[in-house]
Amino acid sequence: MLISNMELIPGCRVVEHLGLVQGSSVRAKHVGRDIMAGLKNIFGGELKGYTELLQESREEAMERLQQQAEAVGANAILNVRFSTSSVAQGAAEIYVYGTAVLLD
Amino acid sequence: MVDLAIFITLLALGYGIGQYAEKRHYRSILEREAKLNFLPAIAVRFPPPEPHYAQALVYGSTVVSVDYFKRFVAALRNLFGGRVMVYESLLDRARREALLRMKAQAEALGAKMVFNIKYETMSISKGARQTVGSVEVLAYGTALIEPHA
Repeated sequence: MLISNMELIPGCRVVEHLGLVQGSSVRAKHVGRDIMAGLKNIFGGELKGYTELLQESREEAMERLQQQAEAVGANAILNVRFSTSSVAQGAAEIYVYGTAVLLD
Repeated sequence: MVDLAIFITLLALGYGIGQYAEKRHYRSILEREAKLNFLPAIAVRFPPPEPHYAQALVYGSTVVSVDYFKRFVAALRNLFGGRVMVYESLLDRARREALLRMKAQAEALGAKMVFNIKYETMSISKGARQTVGSVEVLAYGTALIEPHA
């Protein structure tokens, strides 16, 4: 499965357009991480726990995106975009979307 | 009185450790930027038509938080308005770090260049009175990898 944030692939022709596919994942952080983050809010700097959490979340969303594309019979996803939003205090949603296509 | 003492201690701690950590982070950013300079990362939407590269989606992200002192300065700034320099450096650090992580991922794949770079910024944990606590920056793009001959 080719996943790319480009709109077209040089040397490949899009045979069929299969529509928008998406994947999302909402995660909350656990208390231990929150306490560490509270400390970090005094000293500043990178919050490694949150970086990891969002990274994991992003991978999960990508996996779902890929599953959906496979289900519609695509062999590539083009023009992939990431979007993030904090839904509630302590939870973040990662959303990935793209266009499923069939390349020759 | 105790409250004031705690406040001043937090302010001093935030200033001391925060400044030190920021300087160290900038040093490490500059060092890695020089090291990864050979790998162009550009925001052009279309790759060169020839030769045909293999490609992969690469991304890097980081969550950075402001310190207590900077948050206090920013709150003061809100009274007078104007440029909030303390947050500028925070976002600058986060963006450059995210791009570096993306580049490192591209380098590990043996990429020649990274195309169609996009940034995504989100403020996660908002503090009291909707002040900025920490921001996440994500940088992503398409790595062009020279196919094996």
